[in-house]
Amino acid sequence: MTTAIAVGVLVAAGVFLILGRSLVRVAFGFILLGHAVNLLLMAAGGLGRRQAPILGPDGPTAPADPLPQAFVLTAIVISFGTTVYLLGLARAQRRGDQPDDRGRRS
Amino acid sequence: MIGALLIAPVAVPLLAAGLLVAVPPRRRLHRAVAIAASATAGVTGVVLLPSTLDGQVPSLAVGGWPPGFAIVLAADTLSALMLCVTSVLVIAGLAIAAGTGDDTNRFYAPLVLVLAAGVGGALLTADLFNLFVFVEVMLAPSYALLTMTGGRDRVAASTVYMTVNLLASTTLLAGIALLYGVTGTVNLGELAGAATSGGAALAAGVVLLALAVKAAVAPLHGWLPRSYPHAPPAVAVLFSGLLTKIGIYGIIRIYSVLLDGTPRFRGIVMVAALLTMVVGVLGALGERSVRGVLSFDMVSQVGYILVGLALFTAGGLAAAIFFMVQYVLVKASLFGCAAAIEVAGGTGRLDRLGGLARREPLLAAAFMLGALSLAGVPPLSGFVAKLGIVTAAVGEGDYLAGAVAVGVSLATLLVMLRIWSIAFWGEPPRHRVHAKGIQASDVPASDAHGHDVHGRGARASDVPVRNAHASGIRAASIPTKGTPTADGSAQELRPTRARGPVVGPAFALALPSLILGLGAQPLLAAADSAAAGLLDLSAYIEAITR
Repeated sequence: MTTAIAVGVLVAAGVFLILGRSLVRVAFGFILLGHAVNLLLMAAGGLGRRQAPILGPDGPTAPADPLPQAFVLTAIVISFGTTVYLLGLARAQRRGDQPDDRGRRS
Repeated sequence: MIGALLIAPVAVPLLAAGLLVAVPPRRRLHRAVAIAASATAGVTGVVLLPSTLDGQVPSLAVGGWPPGFAIVLAADTLSALMLCVTSVLVIAGLAIAAGTGDDTNRFYAPLVLVLAAGVGGALLTADLFNLFVFVEVMLAPSYALLTMTGGRDRVAASTVYMTVNLLASTTLLAGIALLYGVTGTVNLGELAGAATSGGAALAAGVVLLALAVKAAVAPLHGWLPRSYPHAPPAVAVLFSGLLTKIGIYGIIRIYSVLLDGTPRFRGIVMVAALLTMVVGVLGALGERSVRGVLSFDMVSQVGYILVGLALFTAGGLAAAIFFMVQYVLVKASLFGCAAAIEVAGGTGRLDRLGGLARREPLLAAAFMLGALSLAGVPPLSGFVAKLGIVTAAVGEGDYLAGAVAVGVSLATLLVMLRIWSIAFWGEPPRHRVHAKGIQASDVPASDAHGHDVHGRGARASDVPVRNAHASGIRAASIPTKGTPTADGSAQELRPTRARGPVVGPAFALALPSLILGLGAQPLLAAADSAAAGLLDLSAYIEAITR
């Protein structure tokens, strides 16, 4: 339940930020949305099982599902890359490359 | 054995991209390596095609993991066909970029190769999460390609493009997470038919929604006409055939494998398809630049493919696949023509174009072929494709879909004739430019490779698609060749001829339309085989779960 609420709050905050005008806010919005989806992925693997999935002599009683963790790792790398690119775009925008700024700057 | 080939369309372009970043930027070397690497994907497709036509599904468990753990690549007829056609497109895009000078940036060829690798991977993967990863691999270079040459409009356009696509990707990932939570697997073989009802169907719906954004299905199409017309011309050729088509391919694959074409959901797909067709063509009627018209029209054509999918009969699916294969080539040819029109006319704005038919006979022929094929005029391939879709719709008793398909075809003809009558048959506009209107910073010092295109819009900012100092097309080496007029302050400008490297690929892409129209039988047979593979999934499932 707490996970569901956390995902909901993160999505709400992320969408709120994305609807803003500034690209930096949009970038932060996507960071929050990415966190929400990562939580969702972790939850999809089952939150009750937390032990390391290593087979010992007696084995783990509740091994964690490694697949969602691999998914999340991949998703984090991808969203890191896109976030950096978005911030780069925001910088280009601030240099006056935005049509709305044309009147003011020229 | 043949399965080992499946890694080539992903690995070869990626390795070549890494190599090209490392070596010094020699343009010839970059072009040669890029074309060779993208040809690998096409050769793989051609090699795979015969065995897939026999009903086999070559597959490869990457890394040699045991079944159930391995990430599987598999090729059925649909994948092999798409692999061939996208490879042709990438090569044509590289050739057009060489002609327009868009590839002056040293990262151009590597980015295109990464894009091609993502496309190849997305076409071959049999794993839902892998599909997400390859779509991201494809999108990341596309963000860079769209903004590469800077410029105000392009930053604004790519802001739209990027935020919408990021949101769609996030939704796609969320859908995959939900699907994994419900079913416990992301292997398409194990998921087959799993999402026909209940929570899994809802999760699959989220995945399909995300792919619909990427495929520009109405009402989620708004980003496409706002971003594609602002891409560099050669990049628009690539995007037109690769990005939305991967979205459509994903929809076809997931709808047929996960949902198994459940009748309950066909109505939704059909409504989306008809809406997409009508909205797209109406939008195209209102656009004022060549590429704006073509971009909106793209939305409309996506609808035709979806009609075939919504019918989910052998005839409908075969027609949809035939449509998609020929349409990728036709649309790319038209975007290539648009690039050539912008070179020849100096702008893509319809109100500033005219008289190209006399000056550019080859370009006119290429555009005419593409436009008529798009509208579905016999004997071109578009006619065969649209006839197939209308026949399938009427055969299923869906007269509304058939009527809309015919009506939208007529409207498409109208849209294409509008470009034709203005840009090609219209009165050549009198090109006048004030030399002082061109800002000094926008005029490159010299023209390094001979494509001195004489842009002649009044000011650089009046030509939205062209950014002089960044794009390789030198839009502003005007004052040297203009003929001074009486008052001396204004100059009469003659836009240059579009050269072979730009028109050639566009024409070469238009020719298959004629060939596939007159000799449609081989491709129709392949499309039938692909449709049969989608309807009877047993071979595909066996190949990816064994």
